[in-house]
Amino acid sequence: MPRLALTSNYATAYAVKMCDVDVIPVYPITPQTTIAEKLSEFVANGELDAEIIHVESEHSALSACVGAAAAGARVFTATCSQGLMLAYELLPIMSGLRLPVVMAVPCRALSAPISIHGDYIDLMVARDAGWIILISSCAQEVFDNIIQAYKIAEHRDVLLPVMVAYDGFLMSHTIEPVEVPDDENIVREFVPKKREWLYLDVDKPVTMGPLAGPDWYYEIRFQQVPAMKNAYKIVKEVAEEFYKKFGRKYDTIELYRAEDAEYLMIGYGAVWGFIQEAVDRLREKGISIGGMRIRLLRPLPVEDIANALKDRKGFIVIDKCLITGMPVGPVFSDITTALKLCNIDTPGISAVHGVGQRTMYIRDFVDLAEKCIETFKSGKIPRESIYLGLRT
Amino acid sequence: MTMLPKWYEIPLGGALTEPGSTRKVKTGEWRTFRPVIDQDKCIRCRICWAYCPEGAIREVDREYVTSKGVKYPVTYEIDYYYCKGCGICAEECPVKAITLVREYEK
Amino acid sequence: MSSRQEISIRWHGRGGQGAVTAAQVVATCAIMKGLYAQAFPEFGPERRGAPVKAYTRLSTRPIRHREPIVSPDYLVILDPSLLELPATLEGARDDTILVVNCPEPPEVVKSRKFGKVVYIDATDVAMKTIGRPIVNTAILGALLRVLDLITLDDILKSLEKFFSGKLLEVNRKAVVEAYNLAKVI
Repeated sequence: MPRLALTSNYATAYAVKMCDVDVIPVYPITPQTTIAEKLSEFVANGELDAEIIHVESEHSALSACVGAAAAGARVFTATCSQGLMLAYELLPIMSGLRLPVVMAVPCRALSAPISIHGDYIDLMVARDAGWIILISSCAQEVFDNIIQAYKIAEHRDVLLPVMVAYDGFLMSHTIEPVEVPDDENIVREFVPKKREWLYLDVDKPVTMGPLAGPDWYYEIRFQQVPAMKNAYKIVKEVAEEFYKKFGRKYDTIELYRAEDAEYLMIGYGAVWGFIQEAVDRLREKGISIGGMRIRLLRPLPVEDIANALKDRKGFIVIDKCLITGMPVGPVFSDITTALKLCNIDTPGISAVHGVGQRTMYIRDFVDLAEKCIETFKSGKIPRESIYLGLRT
Repeated sequence: MTMLPKWYEIPLGGALTEPGSTRKVKTGEWRTFRPVIDQDKCIRCRICWAYCPEGAIREVDREYVTSKGVKYPVTYEIDYYYCKGCGICAEECPVKAITLVREYEK
Repeated sequence: MSSRQEISIRWHGRGGQGAVTAAQVVATCAIMKGLYAQAFPEFGPERRGAPVKAYTRLSTRPIRHREPIVSPDYLVILDPSLLELPATLEGARDDTILVVNCPEPPEVVKSRKFGKVVYIDATDVAMKTIGRPIVNTAILGALLRVLDLITLDDILKSLEKFFSGKLLEVNRKAVVEAYNLAKVI
């Protein structure tokens, strides 16, 4: 398989092209714009037979996605940050209408103050809108996740939209090697267009999105609960099939040097690389620590997380965003809920780093782990996040 | 309530898969007043037909001759199965040929 | 993986000189050769003339993290005026190789130690070949004199991914000319 030098945004565009997407409504926003640019280039060159809809806002982009997917098209869009917030209204509509749209989200901070830089607050604010969320950790995985996302979204037992998230700039604008099949038919065979969702058809008319009173709304919304449960299974199945075809392995979570580790350092997105490097350095010092990353954020793989964390002496979660009101990071909250549901009482510490793309160094993770292990030993677990690199 | 379908019996996303299902809804039961057309006064201008928000006024191919001998090729009739009694037709009629009668005054 | 098994290049230029593209050309070239590489700019709003930093890492093994390059093996400076900013030489070691766009050996060579110093009047080369003071491809040629893992031919080939037609031709010329004219001390 040829190796190309691609940013994660270009990896997204290549995957979208190979999945033979039909409609791309998109509005530019930093750091997403290069996806829209590359896809426009593919369409203009005739490399991709798709309709690019130039809209006047992200709200319109997502609205056009609803329409196009309701018409039975394979649809792609991408946005982040303020754009994602403006389009938020459409997120639960997409999941509520069960439309299998795939959206790339190169995550970026939210105003105010204005920041164009990488941060995961936009994704975390949007994580409960009924979309499946995959978080990628390198450009290769972004390429692979977009392809898997279509297979998951369009599976008849799922039929839910998928967000493929990754770090704005730190990944969206970093060139890395990406293996891309030279024959796009290999990808197209992997994600055949079966169109198993309910779509608008003049020969078989349907009404989509009617009013649902108190006697109906609950049952209709509840349909998403089993769909999300199925999604967990299908994410694993698709990863297995993907591995057989393309040779790269994925799961809901990923572990690194964790077999015998007393402690686990947990993150998502580009932080994963820093964690792996830090684990290596800590292991060299004789510290029993491993790494874990969340790939599937929604549906939350509760049991996989619990199994990975049981019988450990402690875990640290690094959230790359700052959420207030809750004293700990969003993914830390998710993980502690998963543990509580499974009756596991491994103590955890929440840490925040890389906010608004504050520079992260491997040594920050090494220092954090050493400090947290001392804290675990003392038994005095803090009840709020540790804020790394904050000028105090 | 027990007669309503269970969550897995409803099409995904609450879509209505049977076309024209609102035809079954008998909105005529909602009326307090019913519009009645005086066929003798009616000038067949079609305004009530155009304004009715429910499409409950029908243009029927039936000839009508008024007491003054004016001959019209069509007759307008109200479909009381759907008419909600909103009174828009009576309000809009330029010759006041439609009056609203209370439902119980048969 | 420690920095010993990697080659790190830090690029300093001004917005519009092409430092980011140069960083990407080297990484792309390495990836096309089957090596592992990474290139990213020091992200910020892009403004012509403002100081710009970019990073390239080359390795024979996968690169997992995305730390900025604090202590570069190669320091490539596209505009001699940048040598006066304290941030430019930050983290440079005694064995760091300095590649600089300068018609003569830069002043800084007298006051501190470097592994090697390569200097080239890249602006002159760019004006003569490309006709505009976009010095990134010329400085690439100078860097190739001292860079491991990547050869002149590799770079000439990978320029196809960034330029075509006349532009490809003149940029290739700029690389070769600078490669020949660069002085290594």
